[in-house]
Amino acid sequence: MPRPSSSDPAQAAPLVEARGVCVRFGRLSVLDNVDVAVRPGEIMTLVGLNGAGKSTLVRVILGIVKPDSGEVRRAPGLRIGYSPQHLHRDQILPMTVRRFLTLGGPATPDRLAAALDEVGAGSIVDFPLAEISGGELQRVLLARALLREPGLLVLDEPLAGVDVTSQSDLYKLIATIRDRYGCAVILVSHDLHLVMSDTDTVVCLNRHVCCSGQPQSVVRHPEFIALFGSHLADTLAVYQHMHDHRHDALGEPMAAESVAAQDSGHTGRRPC
Amino acid sequence: MLEDFFLRALAGGIGAAIAAGPVGCFVVWRNLAYFGTALAHAVLLGVALGFLLDIAPILAVFAICLLLALCLLLLERQRYISVDALLGVLAHAVFAGGLVVVAFMERLRVDLIGYLFGDILAVGVFDLWLIFATAVIVIAALAWQWRNLLSITVNRDLAAVEGVPVERVRLLLLFLLAAVIAVGMKIVGMLLVVALVIVPAAAARRMATTPEQMAVASTVIGIVSIVAGLFSALEWDVPGGPAIVLVASAIFALSLLLPVRGRAGRAD
Repeated sequence: MPRPSSSDPAQAAPLVEARGVCVRFGRLSVLDNVDVAVRPGEIMTLVGLNGAGKSTLVRVILGIVKPDSGEVRRAPGLRIGYSPQHLHRDQILPMTVRRFLTLGGPATPDRLAAALDEVGAGSIVDFPLAEISGGELQRVLLARALLREPGLLVLDEPLAGVDVTSQSDLYKLIATIRDRYGCAVILVSHDLHLVMSDTDTVVCLNRHVCCSGQPQSVVRHPEFIALFGSHLADTLAVYQHMHDHRHDALGEPMAAESVAAQDSGHTGRRPC
Repeated sequence: MLEDFFLRALAGGIGAAIAAGPVGCFVVWRNLAYFGTALAHAVLLGVALGFLLDIAPILAVFAICLLLALCLLLLERQRYISVDALLGVLAHAVFAGGLVVVAFMERLRVDLIGYLFGDILAVGVFDLWLIFATAVIVIAALAWQWRNLLSITVNRDLAAVEGVPVERVRLLLLFLLAAVIAVGMKIVGMLLVVALVIVPAAAARRMATTPEQMAVASTVIGIVSIVAGLFSALEWDVPGGPAIVLVASAIFALSLLLPVRGRAGRAD
């Protein structure tokens, strides 16, 4: 399968670039001097614990939150397809999947059918949105994002509420979509160590960028396959964190001296 | 033969129900019931200020509701107090303020019960004009922004990414809610006006499979409640506002007997 990202994505101009982004809510610093860039065709996985600022960074990238300082540049004419983490889907609102898909903009029945087929959700088009499963909802959200013909897909925790066996199918689907349309993908995950195997770059966030790098393929590790089965192992990769600092119990970065003191002389980058 | 005042009451009630029906749907979809209650608490202050400034009470009420809605929108951006607590503080502060101002005004004291519980039989010709103008404006504005309103109801961020001016659309909805409360308080009073907004919408849920059907059903249920409530009031000599709300509540209770239309027949 063609991999647009394999033609050295580092060469291309970024679709979105955040530089020195700081966001504060009152006195609480949520993002501190964050730099990220995503290039055409690249899959970036944003990992971090709850409260690490992942969703805030996503909202900065989408242009919904204005950073207190720093800048965000988007490629001119960039269309973003977004899949939010939470969707207010209540029984009180009568809305079918079909209707939900056309809320983003008018779509011909053909395009609607094509988008739903693409994500494998054609059979639920007339079901109430409030009654489909978590996995079906993620596919529907992907379809709505695809209808915008996006250059960048931003998926906030697409595995939330999806059962384990469907998770790898969803990862495969995202990879297929990237390969077919060549769009870049920003994927948010709270799993610090297992990321989608097609990920080009992992960014570990804890209010600032702790580390970033490439995941290691785990497909060939027999122990991993024994543990999760080859179906799951195909879609996952391990990310080895390389932090050059540590966090105290409150999550604040510790000064280099105190880290050094704790480690009795070890310096430099180390896995966390 | 029906008296003129009764026909005016019917017409005024129907006009208010037309405005309240679809707005009420957004109130139940977006969990704005408490927001509406807070706005209704500002009614008394609006009436008092209307008398002080010598403008129609219904206009003064609309202005003060709108002002309160704007305050809430601005205060919502801070993160120290939850919106829920904030609504509670503001609602009762403006209500107490209204009571104090009214106490200073001898002339108004006799009307207090009328504003608390509504006085549908006192609807005048000027009120009718205002009510129907409001209904036309509300329906036109909803039709104009319908898709954007639905879009922010499902997910604000998704709507924003797709180019919906989220803040302006939210402001429009609160503006329409303030207008509905200002005219509705004339019909059923400030204590029951939120019922006029949310009960028909809630009752409409099981009769609808699309948002539009629900908005229409909500309007029809509102009109039926007004007509049946007013005739009951006439027949049994009970107050009009409470009779209307009771009829709407009875329809809601009956609607619960309707089957839920779900993804029936799905094999999984």
